[in-house]
Amino acid sequence: MKRLLAASALASLAVVSAIPAALAGKADDTLNIVWERELENVDFYFNTAREGIIFSRLTWDGLLYRDPKTMDYVPLIAKSYKWVDDVTLEFELREGLTFHNGEELDADDVVYTYNWVSDPANGMKTPSNVNWIKTAEKVDKYKVLVHLKEPFPAALEFVSGTLPIYPKDYYSEVGPDGMGLKPVGSGPYKVLEVEPGKKVVWEKFDGYMKGGPKGTPTIGKIIQRTIPERNTQIAELLAGRADWMWRVPADQADRLQSSGKVQVVNEQTFRIGYLTMDATGIVADTPLKDERVRKAISHAIDRKAIVEALVRGKSSVVDSACFPSQVGCTTDVPKYEYDPKKAKALLAEAGYPDGFAIDFFAYRNRDYAEAMIGFLNQVGIKVNFSYLKYAALRDKIRAKEVPFAFMTWGSNSVNDVSAITSHFFGGTNDDLAQDPKVQELLNKGDTTVDLKAREAAYKEALTIIAEKAYWLPLWSYNTNYAFSNDLNFTPTADEIPRFFNASWK
Amino acid sequence: MLVYTLKRLFIAFLVALTVSLITFSLTYVAGDPATAIAGEAATEADIEYIRELYGFDRPILIQYAEWFLNAMQGDFGQSFYFKLPVADILFERLPISMTLGVCAITFAISLSIPLGVLAAMRPNSFLDRLALGISVVGQAMPSFWFALMLIVIFAVWYPILPTTGSESWEHFILPTIVLGYYATPAIMRLTRTGMLEVLGSDYIRTARAKGLPQHVVLFKHALRNAVIPVVSLAAVQFGFMLGGSIVIESIFALHGAGYLAWESIGRNDLPVVQAVVLIFSLFYIVLTFLSDLLNAWLDPRIRVG
Repeated sequence: MKRLLAASALASLAVVSAIPAALAGKADDTLNIVWERELENVDFYFNTAREGIIFSRLTWDGLLYRDPKTMDYVPLIAKSYKWVDDVTLEFELREGLTFHNGEELDADDVVYTYNWVSDPANGMKTPSNVNWIKTAEKVDKYKVLVHLKEPFPAALEFVSGTLPIYPKDYYSEVGPDGMGLKPVGSGPYKVLEVEPGKKVVWEKFDGYMKGGPKGTPTIGKIIQRTIPERNTQIAELLAGRADWMWRVPADQADRLQSSGKVQVVNEQTFRIGYLTMDATGIVADTPLKDERVRKAISHAIDRKAIVEALVRGKSSVVDSACFPSQVGCTTDVPKYEYDPKKAKALLAEAGYPDGFAIDFFAYRNRDYAEAMIGFLNQVGIKVNFSYLKYAALRDKIRAKEVPFAFMTWGSNSVNDVSAITSHFFGGTNDDLAQDPKVQELLNKGDTTVDLKAREAAYKEALTIIAEKAYWLPLWSYNTNYAFSNDLNFTPTADEIPRFFNASWK
Repeated sequence: MLVYTLKRLFIAFLVALTVSLITFSLTYVAGDPATAIAGEAATEADIEYIRELYGFDRPILIQYAEWFLNAMQGDFGQSFYFKLPVADILFERLPISMTLGVCAITFAISLSIPLGVLAAMRPNSFLDRLALGISVVGQAMPSFWFALMLIVIFAVWYPILPTTGSESWEHFILPTIVLGYYATPAIMRLTRTGMLEVLGSDYIRTARAKGLPQHVVLFKHALRNAVIPVVSLAAVQFGFMLGGSIVIESIFALHGAGYLAWESIGRNDLPVVQAVVLIFSLFYIVLTFLSDLLNAWLDPRIRVG
């Protein structure tokens, strides 16, 4: 009798558990996405995560939109825009737009958002996204002028990428804390629920603009859950309880692909890897001060082999200090082919026929770093390798304690050279080369509105950087996206998944 | 007795204070919180700006004193990362870790004590070997691997149990098994050793000679004495399960306090780290205190001593 009871208890337990926690996928028009990161405050202006950008593209719209295919800036909330002069932008707004809470979207909201975020007192988390704005001014209900502090040709990139428009009445009432818990925007999806760091639920916004560049959303509901462990994400995907995940490691991607249960698509990202070398001797008096040594290092590492064996996917070797699609980036610079003999000859010429020893640092992709160390060993360069956390390494670099490091930079998805080359060679504390000529050229590129002149200045700067081998640019990064066979989804190189363009098959 | 208790409480308070002071300074030594908060894409000006905004440019002792005074009033400040009151975040996440900890220790005890007793009853028998086997496997098997195996079996091959989240009791079944099993070997072996020792003693022989039934001998006379060190161990294990279930919480996406602490360290989210460390050290102190009381109840000699 006891046994019977136990058995039936077990059986009923199994039955109860068999009821799925939540139906997933196409059947109930709900797209279940999972990612690793606990998103901090979902208010776009108060987080720095890439997942925050994904969130913002779903929930809010900006004045402009960067087309992921052509990389052109097309009007979104704006109907049209023009440069009035080098420091003034004029936007004419679409009429009849509303926020998710019914509030009308007009010039007041735009002016309010731009002025609010560009006021340092409000504590925007990434001031460099907005500190080029002097002020915004309402001309009439549907026309706005944005005044710049100085000529800043990359402004459109920020208008389209990092400046979602907030509802004035709502935001001035609830502030960042309220927006973080109950966000209201005018984007293709409206937020139903936010459990900070754990879960977000969106519903298709029926009042979304028709005929806009972001298209019309078709999937009814999107649920995002945070699952810190990648293997668990894969299990959820295979069990059909998740429909989409990203950043699948290359080896797992192959196996997922061959299982036939899900689709795996690879796409490049804006992130590139690079070796930074202490060319000025500001850190210490190392052999890296000698241009021939830096060139030897550049010839010693077989970047192509590392890309093919480890980085894989759509990644490719990068030769200039920027991501090729970025405005102002040219790949027409001196290149360093893999040539260990030449590397050894250069070392001998510089007075190091038997090589030398140096400190080497990295913070991610330990396997890539170790492959590079192997190549360096082959030409006689021995390294003392330290693997640190990102924040710690970046502090050390700024404190001028790092002569030689493997770093990466994602440009914050900004499709403009000023987000990377100017950042690292423009004379800031991150600039280890401190080359006045390069600084001058970059500054010219950053503040010239004429595109041809900009490109010429950047090209000259990038050429000097390559010639002097201040950096060895390594390769672009890539991401594997894995998702349900029922889903149409196209990843983009800017690494911002656009679920409003996804649909069921 | 009252004086003794008060003394102990005072010492406990000092321990908690010291722990929090040490963590506060250690997190600081590990890296500049401003760089971590600003995120990867921040420029140097951004970081400098954040340093001033959060007041990191002030002396550490002043920052600590300010935090401590507020914490005494139940205000743990605002999370740098989530921009929410730390108390709210903890209030949401602690119950998850508590539930998991209680389930796991219950599972561990109800598995390991009977196993330990069985093993001690027939030393070197098949049962003993089986119990030993279970314990060795539990000790040798990495819990993350065990967890993933369970997920593969119960979520991918036979999808009958949920694997992520904490919405219902079913969500806790797999994490409980993994976490509880991890603690089983130690408790089982201690029970077995204790029982073997006690069963060989004179008073047990006397009890048997009196003709007492087996279960009375085992559970009333033997186990009660053998279990005393087990109680202390279980208390420590329970404390460990509350704070140390980081791996389990992250694999099963439980979003509990252990995982929160771990992530917050990486994010240099000082207020959260501080609060979690303080609360967990308080747990440990309370648990040790309770296990002493329990032992005193089980063994009158401790009460007198």
